[in-house]
Amino acid sequence: MASLDLVNIQKSYGSVQILHDVSIALKDGEFLVLVGPSGCGKSTLMNIIAGLEEPTGGMLKLGGNVITNVAPAARDISMVFQSYALYPNMTVAQNIQFPLEMRKVDKSVRAERVKSVAKLLQIEHLLERKPRQLSGGQRQRVAIGRALAREPQLYLFDEPLSNLDAQLRLDMRTEIKKLHQRLKSTIVYVTHDQIEAMTLATRIAVMKGGIVQQLGTPYEVYNRPANTFVAGFMGSPRMNLAKARVVDEAGSIALEFKNGNAQKIVLPLAEQFAYLKPYMGQEVIAGIRPETINLPTAHMEHKEMQRSFNSKIEVTEPTGAETLAILNFGGYEFTATLDPDIALSVGKEMQFTVDITKLVCFDVNSETLIA
Amino acid sequence: MDKSLLSRVGRLALYLILIISAFAFIMPVYVMVVNSLKPLDEIRSGDLLALPIAWTVEPWLMAWSKSQIGVEATGLKPYFINSFLLVIPSVVLSTLIGALNGYILTQFKFKFADALFAAMLFSVFIPFQIVLIPMAKTLGFLGLAGTVKGLVFVNTIYGIGFTTLFFRNYYAAFPNELVRSARMDGAGFFGVLHRILLPNSAPIIVVTVIWQFTNIWNEFLFGASFSDYTSFPLTVALNNLVSASTGVKEYNVHFAGAFIAAIPTLVVYLVSGKYFVRGLMAGSVKG
Repeated sequence: MASLDLVNIQKSYGSVQILHDVSIALKDGEFLVLVGPSGCGKSTLMNIIAGLEEPTGGMLKLGGNVITNVAPAARDISMVFQSYALYPNMTVAQNIQFPLEMRKVDKSVRAERVKSVAKLLQIEHLLERKPRQLSGGQRQRVAIGRALAREPQLYLFDEPLSNLDAQLRLDMRTEIKKLHQRLKSTIVYVTHDQIEAMTLATRIAVMKGGIVQQLGTPYEVYNRPANTFVAGFMGSPRMNLAKARVVDEAGSIALEFKNGNAQKIVLPLAEQFAYLKPYMGQEVIAGIRPETINLPTAHMEHKEMQRSFNSKIEVTEPTGAETLAILNFGGYEFTATLDPDIALSVGKEMQFTVDITKLVCFDVNSETLIA
Repeated sequence: MDKSLLSRVGRLALYLILIISAFAFIMPVYVMVVNSLKPLDEIRSGDLLALPIAWTVEPWLMAWSKSQIGVEATGLKPYFINSFLLVIPSVVLSTLIGALNGYILTQFKFKFADALFAAMLFSVFIPFQIVLIPMAKTLGFLGLAGTVKGLVFVNTIYGIGFTTLFFRNYYAAFPNELVRSARMDGAGFFGVLHRILLPNSAPIIVVTVIWQFTNIWNEFLFGASFSDYTSFPLTVALNNLVSASTGVKEYNVHFAGAFIAAIPTLVVYLVSGKYFVRGLMAGSVKG
């Protein structure tokens, strides 16, 4: 296992710039998830790490050694592909030992390695089968097994769960996480699914337009999103983003929400929002997570941070575990995740509370976090 | 009109057409076989469609080993062997080169790959006659004129256009991730071809082999132009047998000879025809 350093990686096809100056330093044993919408450059970045594509600029280091111009096979990196890429003409055992065979590893060592990998992934009974005789989940395990057999310094996973059905995807996600905890390996994982990113990563790189928008722990990315793109991309349902004016409400800073002719909503803020003072009288973009909006109850947590407001429920969407309510929040549509056991009446104005502890504000022009 | 009656009439017409077509294809074969098993005077006396009265295999033996073709009365046997010596290396070489070309044209992104492929496709459309003189010069220069090796050379070169077309299109649809995976697993240039591409190319290999085998086996013009008495392929020998100007025309021997010449392609087709059709369809249906 080793550290991975990406230094100012750039990639362009002709005049089209795919990656702009990507720099990420990954410590030994980290699980980095590259997440972003399609076309954000995450797969290109992974292919560059793998050596399947050459960067037009920048440097790659694995375990301190520069590998920018090293052939893919010589990089000591293995990869699990989206389609699993199992060789259809070989049995499971032959598939798993293929990378070892190519490296001229001794036959007895190969057999030993196949055995231990198969045991780890519980595919011992499948070793003599051909890939076409396996289910999706089994193929996935074999693909992971083939990557493990080499014991490389770095693992790459390219959207490995996207071809599985929903239930299996959750199971395999847990297994990959367990595997990482057991092997303490360095992993780079590409996905477009923000929940996968949140659950698996020790660090997340959110990408868009070939630029790393934010690199941080899942907690940081979720709670302190660097800009409105990250704020909207991470989390489901999405964070509510709305323009608000910074005003002085009886000597303390407050946010005033008013869109069109709607009844305005004013949220007085707390001491920790002093950084908004320079914006007094100006507009900012406020971000409020749906789960911070609740119905008032007698025993609320950190009461001093709860602000109440009145709002009309426009639509409710029960999901079973929770109910999503679309509220008219000072003329903006806000989503709130509410307790499913409380009867809600659509079209009626009700009192809600919002916990401002995790409220974030973004600059209107640059759309970056104000901190 | 009753609908079921209508469909029954349609079905009947369909079968009728199929039977007539099948008959049209099988008739010449029938004529060849029955007449090759008759003595000559039975043919001369008339009915080509009649079964032999006095069955005989003598025409077959004549055609195979006794009739006068070259300087000596050797029959078709040595030329039959020539054709095999010519066809087998030509088919193997042109198929392998086609696979290699297809691999390079699809798996390596380089400039002008498509232009290069288009240029190679030209060879598919060039009529044989155009290349005769340049090829004669080339063979002379290489010292291969009038030899089986020379014919192998010509047929291999001429086949590359077709085999490249087949393999290039097959590999263009080949899952790219398999090749990438193999490269990361440590397979080199030939490793990928040998361990990943070729073992998964059975349908297109069958198509290519049948195509090349039939074409080269039946090829006449190059054989007639670039070979001599020692290196005639079977097609040329058959022509010499049939068009020999001396003596009576031994039609029964000619029929037998023609049938002998057709046997190998027939066998290849019967053995692998199923795969041939499957291979031609391979790109269109996801397997």
